[in-house]
Formats: sequence, C-alpha cells, structure tokens
Amino acid sequence: MSGAWTRLRAVIIKEMWALWNDPRARTTLFLPPMLQLMLFSFAATLEVRNVELGLLDRAGGNASTELVQRIMGSGNFSTVHQFASPTELREAIDNQDVLAAIVIEPDFDRKIARGEPASIGLVLDGRRSNAAQIVGGYIGAIAGGMGADLGGAQMRAGGSSQVVNWFNPNLSFIWFNLPALIVIIVSISGLAITGQVVAREREMGTFEQLMVSPLRVSEILIGKMTPTFIVGMANGMLYLVAAKLVFGVPFTGSFLPFVIALAAFNISLIGVGLAISAASKTQQQAFLGAFLATNPVMLLSGFSSPIENMPGWLQVLTYANPARWFLQISLGTFLKDMPAAVVFGLTWPMVLIGLATLSSAAWLFRARME
Amino acid sequence: MSDTRFSWRRCMAMIGKESRQIARDPSTWLIAFVLPVVLLFLFGYAINLDSARANIGVALLDDSAPAHSLALAYTQSPHFAARVERSVAPLRAAMVADEIRAIVVIPQGFGRGEARGAPPPVQIIADGSQPNQASLMTAYAEGLRAAWARGRLAEGGPTPAPPITVNTRVWFNPGLNSRWFLIPGAIAIVMTLIGTLLTSLVIAREWERGTMEAMMATPMRMTEFLAAKIVPYFALAQISMGMCVVLAMVQFGLPMHGSVFALLLVSSAYLLPALGQGLLISAATKNQFVASQLALITSFLPTFLLSGFLYEISSMPWLIRMITLIVPARYLIPSLQTVFLSGDVWSLLLPNVAVLALFGAFFFHRCYRATRRSLDR
Repeated sequence: MSGAWTRLRAVIIKEMWALWNDPRARTTLFLPPMLQLMLFSFAATLEVRNVELGLLDRAGGNASTELVQRIMGSGNFSTVHQFASPTELREAIDNQDVLAAIVIEPDFDRKIARGEPASIGLVLDGRRSNAAQIVGGYIGAIAGGMGADLGGAQMRAGGSSQVVNWFNPNLSFIWFNLPALIVIIVSISGLAITGQVVAREREMGTFEQLMVSPLRVSEILIGKMTPTFIVGMANGMLYLVAAKLVFGVPFTGSFLPFVIALAAFNISLIGVGLAISAASKTQQQAFLGAFLATNPVMLLSGFSSPIENMPGWLQVLTYANPARWFLQISLGTFLKDMPAAVVFGLTWPMVLIGLATLSSAAWLFRARME
Repeated sequence: MSDTRFSWRRCMAMIGKESRQIARDPSTWLIAFVLPVVLLFLFGYAINLDSARANIGVALLDDSAPAHSLALAYTQSPHFAARVERSVAPLRAAMVADEIRAIVVIPQGFGRGEARGAPPPVQIIADGSQPNQASLMTAYAEGLRAAWARGRLAEGGPTPAPPITVNTRVWFNPGLNSRWFLIPGAIAIVMTLIGTLLTSLVIAREWERGTMEAMMATPMRMTEFLAAKIVPYFALAQISMGMCVVLAMVQFGLPMHGSVFALLLVSSAYLLPALGQGLLISAATKNQFVASQLALITSFLPTFLLSGFLYEISSMPWLIRMITLIVPARYLIPSLQTVFLSGDVWSLLLPNVAVLALFGAFFFHRCYRATRRSLDR
C-alpha cells in the first residue's frame, strides 16, 4: 500500500513539473482564460441597444412627433434617420444602415385627434432576425403605452398586470453572463489542457518510458488528472472572486456545495479530455478533438440559447453534457440561493458522466499500451 | 530562395505536391468535412432564440369563475406548459430549482374586482437569472392575459380597438426564423476554421519538422512558394463552403436570392485575410501548440463573439465596438446573410469585399516579410 502511495506521489509531482516547466503551456493555463473572461463578459450580450432607426413620417403632426419622442426617450435607440420617400427607406434597409424603420401615414394625426384607432407601419430587417424581433417588441410596447394613455378609462376596464423579476430585479445581463462564463471558460481550458497530456507524451516518445515504469494505468491516469484538476479549480475560484468583486454579481448561495459541484464538473471534463487524448495519435489530432468537443459542450449548455427552445431529441442529448448541469448550479448558487439539496441533485449526473468518461479513458489508454 | 524568374511549371508542380499532401492528412478531412457538418447541425438546432413552449406556474389565489377561466387560458395555451397551485410558495421552490421560468399570480378578489370593471392587477413574476428569457416570458404572459381580458369584454358587447396598432412587416425573413440568420454565420465560422486554424496548424508542423527549410533550399521563388501553400487551402475551403451552402438550403431550407457569382466573390475575398492570417501565425510561431492557441484566440473567438454573428455589435461598449472593426468576419457575415436572404445588393457587398481585400493585402505583406526574415536567420 505504501508503495502505491509513493508511486502515486511521484507521478503527480512529475506531471506538475511537466505542466509547469513548459513555458508555452504555462502561459496558456491562465492567460487565454483571463482574455476570454474580459472579451466574453463585455461582448456576449443578447441585449439590443444603440439601434439605428429609420423614419418615414408622412403626417408630421403632434401625435406622430410625440410617438417619435417616446421612442427616442426609451434609451434603446441611438439615431433616427429621416427618409423622404419609400425608395430611401428601402435602400437604407438594404444597406443595413438601419435595422428597423417606422412608417407613419398622413392620416395618423387626424385619426388620433378624432379618437379613432390608428396604426403605424414597422419594417424590420429579417437578416438580423433576433435583434429585429426584440426591436419590434420595444416599438410595440411604446406604441401600446401611448395608446393606453390616450385610451383612458375604456382601456383600463380590461385590467392590467404588474411585472416583477426575481433574483435579478433589473434584468442585468452581467448577472447572467458571469456565472455562466465560469462554466464556459472552465470547460474550454479544461478540455484544451487535458486533451494534450497523453498525446504530447506519445508524440515526444516518452510514452514508452511510462509504459515500462512500474506504474499502474490508474496511477498514470490520476497523475495526469491532478494538475489539470488543480488548474481548473483555481480558475473557477478566480472567476468566482472576479464575478463578485470586479463585476458586483451577488453570490447568494452557500460556498461548500458550489465547490463540491465545481470539483465534480472538473472531473467530468477531465474524463472527456483524457478520452480524447488517449484516442489521438498526434498532438494535432488531440487539439482538433478537444476543439470538436468544446463546441457541443458550449452550445448545448444553455448559455447561447435556452435548452427548452431546442428540439426534443437535442434536449435529451444535453443530459450528457456536464456543462448543462453546472450552468444551472452556477446561476442558482449565485443568484437564487439554491438549497444544497437541489445543488446535489444536479451534481450526481456530472458524477455519472465523470465515471463513464474516465473509465472509457482508462480503457482506451490500456488499449494503446498493448 | 533564388533569383530565378517566376515559373508556372514549377508553381503548378508545387501546388500539385501540396494538394496531395493535404489530401493525405486526416486532420484535413476532419476540419474540412466533419467539423462543418457538426457545426452546422449544432448551430441549426441548438441555438434557437425563438422561444418555444415554456414551463410556467400559475398561483390561483382566488376561487371565482373568472379567476379559474384565466388560469385555464394559461393551461390551454400552446405557448405554455402551466402548473396550477393554490399558493406561491411551492412555485417559488420550483423556480429556484430551475423547473419553471415564470409565475402568474391571480390575486385574491380578482373575480369581485372584475365584476365591478376594475380587476386588481395580475402579477407576473419572471426568473431574472435568465434575463432574455425573462423579458420574453413576461411579454408572452401579459399578451395572453390581455387577449383573455379582451375576450371577456367582448362577451359583454362591442369592445374598443386599441388606439394604436403596429403593422409589422419583416423583410427578407418573414417568419423571423433565427436559423436563417445563424446559418450564414456558422458558414463564416467554418471558413475561419479552414482558412486560419487548419492552415496555421499544418504549416506550423512543417516548420517544426524542418521540411520548410528543405523546401526553401530549392530554386523556388517566394511568390511561388506562397501560391503553393495558399491555392490548395483556398480550393479546400471553397469545396467545404459549397457543401455547407447545399446543406443550408436542403437541410435547413434557407432561400438563395443572390447569385453564385456574388457568393464566390464574397467568400474568396474573405479567404484572403483568413489564409493570410493562418500563414502569418505559422511563420511567426513555428510551433503547433502555440499556433493553435493563437489561431483560436485571434480568429475563432473574434469570429464567434465580435462579428455580429450571435451578439449585436451595436450593444457592445465603445471600445469593443472599435475592436470589431478589425475582425474580418464582421464584413463577411452581413454579406453572406444578404446573398442568402436578400439578393445581390452590390452597394452593401462591394464595400465589404474591398475591406476584406485590404485586410488580405496587409496579411500577405506581413507574411512575405516574416517568411523572408526567418530564412535569413
């Protein structure tokens, strides 16, 4: 037993040195993740702001002016381009100078003054369908609000609703983005680093030396896992602190269940990375394999778009993605004060994924040794 | 590299050699044909910003007939899978556990208020941890409530139409199908992967193994050498692009309103900076691992994040908006979307093509110098 411990300690120390002594590998441990954090947290927003809007106002009276003022006052639009003719409008949309254009017909003011129902036209550029849809929503809400102010008592008879947003009252996008980015960036770097570890030794020819050493397969694998695990945990903790202190995202849940879930998440990722590494013949294949795996891990996590919008067969596939579970845990622990029982309920699928991927990595590794 | 004159024969021979070498490399097949299909399917199916059926909760705190009728309206709606409870507490726990996205609270006294013509407001609680979903959910939930209220009023006689309505027309994508806007972006990502990632990886390997020096010892000219490296990857990227276009039209039903000529022009213009960047990275690093990391950070990530592919550029902070100006994909993606969905709008395509050609010239110039310098050493 003590022999096993000595061997294990030796191989862990060896792997730590191997990772740390390679200056190139060392810079990739922390530098790209920090860069990604900065880039993602500011760029990855699904909000739509500073929109360029076009206007073809054929009425030019008080009511149409008020509507335009309300739209500009909403804070989501940067400039209004005035058009003189439908041809100008068409050209501006074609060239993507504006994302949306409002058309106000000559009788708009007259109808509003008489209390008759009036309408405005809205043209959206469907090439940018997501932004267009959101802008359509903004304009609809503004027109509806103005209508309600004009309509008076008649409109109020239908009742109203009152909207509250729990866990993130101002719907700040940063509050969603940072807890989600911890998941995304730990996945990207975890897969990239573990993807290399076995393949590098094979390409350098030191794999044969490992094979003739008295180490068991499980010991080699644990040795290979440990440094990446430490790096993954350190990166996760770093982002947790950055999210709270630099970006001011509240951390409402408890720390310990989060750390346990982070550990399970790291192990499941390492399993995927090791399996890829053991299956590849060269570093290049390992890199490409890890990259190929990173895409579904990212896209099927619920970060880019919600899982419930995916087709049913794809939703089932997301169960095999560790990032899907940890994203729920991370958002829940940061914003929702998620109880430990719920956190653990979402953790065991990651443990299962870890067991499955690690045992397949061990199997592939053994197959390579023979 | 000597001062012999440019020779077509030598150049063609080199291109032939490079092409055979590329065709024999398994990573080529993986990046050029397997990865594009995987990516296109993922982007086509996984990213769907058009909300589907959402899980919500209805807290029914009033026992009157109108309250039950409103709750029924939610449970029967095709947009919602609603779960009805008699209090808010169990629904709150469900929201914390990420099982429902919104809660509609029908307050006490709803029925009595409705009878008097002044019902108390219905509360719509959304899960703010997913801000985008939250605003969509509240809009849908309020829309359903308003429609229900109009229906109730109509039972009592003619109802006033809302004073201002918005008639929306969506050009180029009438169904507002987010797939139509994402697939051209996914094609841009595929071209970036082949142009920059594959090129930099493979050529960095040649530097690592020293086969590059061997080639440079031949009487080949610099331009011949660059052409030999670029032409095969250019052809490979175009073939892969063609496959993606067919897949986009056949599998995902994208229309093709523009001409094949415009498509070829736009994609060729983009491949210039993409290949130039790949060559430059490999010549500057001469190491596969560093090249792969650099290619990811300087080409794949910007294409994914800073090109307007998924995230609106206008919403980003000023500094990031300025950075997007030097991301080549930013000029490719609107052009591809236009060729697919709208047609040959030359007033939009030509300026983009010109900018891309300019980027291409810059990268090739840097490449030329980097390769020459490294040989002198």
